[in-house]
Amino acid sequence: MKRIALLGMPNSGKSTLFNRLTGARARVGNWPGVTVDLTSARILIGGHMVELVDLPGIYDLRGLTEDERVATEFLSKHPVDLLLVVLNATQIDRQLGLAVEAASLGVPVLVLLNMADEAARYGVEIDVPLLSRKLDLPMVKASAKYGDGMPEASRLMARLLDGAEPARAARIDLQRLQEPAIEAAAEAALAAAVRHPIMLSGTLTDRIDRFALHPWLGPVLFVAALYLVFKGVFVLGQPLQTGVTAILDAARAAWLAPALHGLPAWARGLLLDGVYGGLSTVAAFVPLIVLFFFFMALVEDSGYLSRAAFLVDSWMSRLGLDGRSFVMLLMGFGCNVPALMGTRIMRSRALRLLTMLTIPLSLCSARLQVFLFIIAAVFPAAQAPWALVSLYLVSIAAAVLTALLFKGRFTSNEPFVLELPPYRLPTVSHVVLRGWQEVRHFLHRATRFIVAGVVLVWLLTNLPLGAASAGPDTWAGTFGRWLDPLLSPAGIDQRLAVALLFGFVAKEVMIGAMAVIFAAQGDALSHVLAQQMDLTAAYSFMLFTLLYTPCLSTVATLRQESRSVGYTVLAVAWPLVLAWGVAVLFYQGARALGF
Amino acid sequence: MPPSIALHDSAHGADITIVAIHAGEELASRLRALGFRVGRRLRVIRRAPLGGPIHVRLNTTDVMLRAADARAIEVAPAA
Repeated sequence: MKRIALLGMPNSGKSTLFNRLTGARARVGNWPGVTVDLTSARILIGGHMVELVDLPGIYDLRGLTEDERVATEFLSKHPVDLLLVVLNATQIDRQLGLAVEAASLGVPVLVLLNMADEAARYGVEIDVPLLSRKLDLPMVKASAKYGDGMPEASRLMARLLDGAEPARAARIDLQRLQEPAIEAAAEAALAAAVRHPIMLSGTLTDRIDRFALHPWLGPVLFVAALYLVFKGVFVLGQPLQTGVTAILDAARAAWLAPALHGLPAWARGLLLDGVYGGLSTVAAFVPLIVLFFFFMALVEDSGYLSRAAFLVDSWMSRLGLDGRSFVMLLMGFGCNVPALMGTRIMRSRALRLLTMLTIPLSLCSARLQVFLFIIAAVFPAAQAPWALVSLYLVSIAAAVLTALLFKGRFTSNEPFVLELPPYRLPTVSHVVLRGWQEVRHFLHRATRFIVAGVVLVWLLTNLPLGAASAGPDTWAGTFGRWLDPLLSPAGIDQRLAVALLFGFVAKEVMIGAMAVIFAAQGDALSHVLAQQMDLTAAYSFMLFTLLYTPCLSTVATLRQESRSVGYTVLAVAWPLVLAWGVAVLFYQGARALGF
Repeated sequence: MPPSIALHDSAHGADITIVAIHAGEELASRLRALGFRVGRRLRVIRRAPLGGPIHVRLNTTDVMLRAADARAIEVAPAA
């Protein structure tokens, strides 16, 4: 099998080209010697079965950023038959250097001048045959987005593969890459074969930016856009999520439970509440992730995301974050899981890790369900809205505090110099593919972890055999007693501690867990809770629930995205410490003041 | 020759030329990749309020950079 690596700058349409060539066949996988996952796919080009590997978007081959290291590491360790270099034809004046650098690596190179349609519209004229002769590189003009020129590109790739010598790894010679000759060669070729407008103005993008980046209108539009995305994801997502859960519950009642009827009670419980419950938890996230990435792809592909970064950067830079962190942090208020996955748009690892540490503190919709129930049960109607608003404020304050505390540890050394690409219409196929790929990635990486976690909690709350489920005699009950000295200063009793254990699986499970623990459903449960907790105890319990260990799916995503156990432990431990500190401080303080 | 100033301090709207870039290795390579070279013309389009980033244009590329990074670029009015 032959191998082609795809190389290009950010905003060169590289991922669109990758999707155009591979369709939905892409797989995310590990490569020896490379620190991040790379997407690859097997495709047929001419008569050759080819593995196409998508390298991270990079600006040059001698750079120092993580992405640039990943690309050079891959190329120096894994032999390739062809290096496909994608350039944005509109910006050929500054991107051609990358092609010249690639040509010095000792592997065959094909240059694809992408976005040919946009270049023509902007008045960039490229004499492709002449440019190709000047640099002695095969070149083809195409539009990956609309497909123009793609058959020609495939033919060229096939021809280059036909004549290719055995695949080899690149020789990365930093000395040679730094030579002025490379830049000079690019400049000379540009001068001969490219006519470029001096300064582009008055475009549609300019006219939109006049509103989108306006000092006060811009932020208003930004909030409106975010609100729409948020609403879009969760107004459409929640019924779907409920629907998926309902179908899975119905399947369980209609088929699974009868089929397992012959088994002993413990085995049935383990399979139904443990394994099947875990799988249902995973499945319930699928609609949210699809929708989230559907909207994110719209925002990203349209070019608006970097505008959002422009608008809020002055605030976020003080927290050690940037504008993109802000967008993801807000999305976390819907659901932490896709928001964490969304941080992949950030290039700097330190910035990503810091953002991912703050996202689990966002009051997500699952926690909201729990709070609505408890507030309705315990708080008088006049105070209820304020209780909820204050929890949102605590959530934001906790995220800010976390960023301030940890920004020293996760300092991004990447300069904040971002391109503002022209506004573009996203294509349906790319948006759909994105949602599909992200879901597959989530299922692939998180399923086992989540199911294992749910099974573990089931075992804790049901063993030893014969103990009443979630009762004081179970291991979970014992655990609750151990924790009592720690949690009673926060006004949280042993039974609620067991509910918190369930909340680790998924926050929305807590109400169901409390129903089992207190042996009361619905209104009866509200009644019991009102008797069990006064306002101070209830609020302290909610503070703890808001801040403590994120749910299993969030933890699985943190691990999957950071690829670091140490970081995942920190991301689980810090909120736990914060939750305990805040709840104890609040409870003791309020009691001392006589509440 | 007109006096040069930091890109950060230049007025928006007018065309300016890059006179020098005083940046660390990482910033310098990023700026080079985005088209910042001594002698290049550019234009400041706008700046975000409250000391936020500035928006500049080089040919067909629009770029935003933080004030701290923009200080590294020395410019003079274009001829």
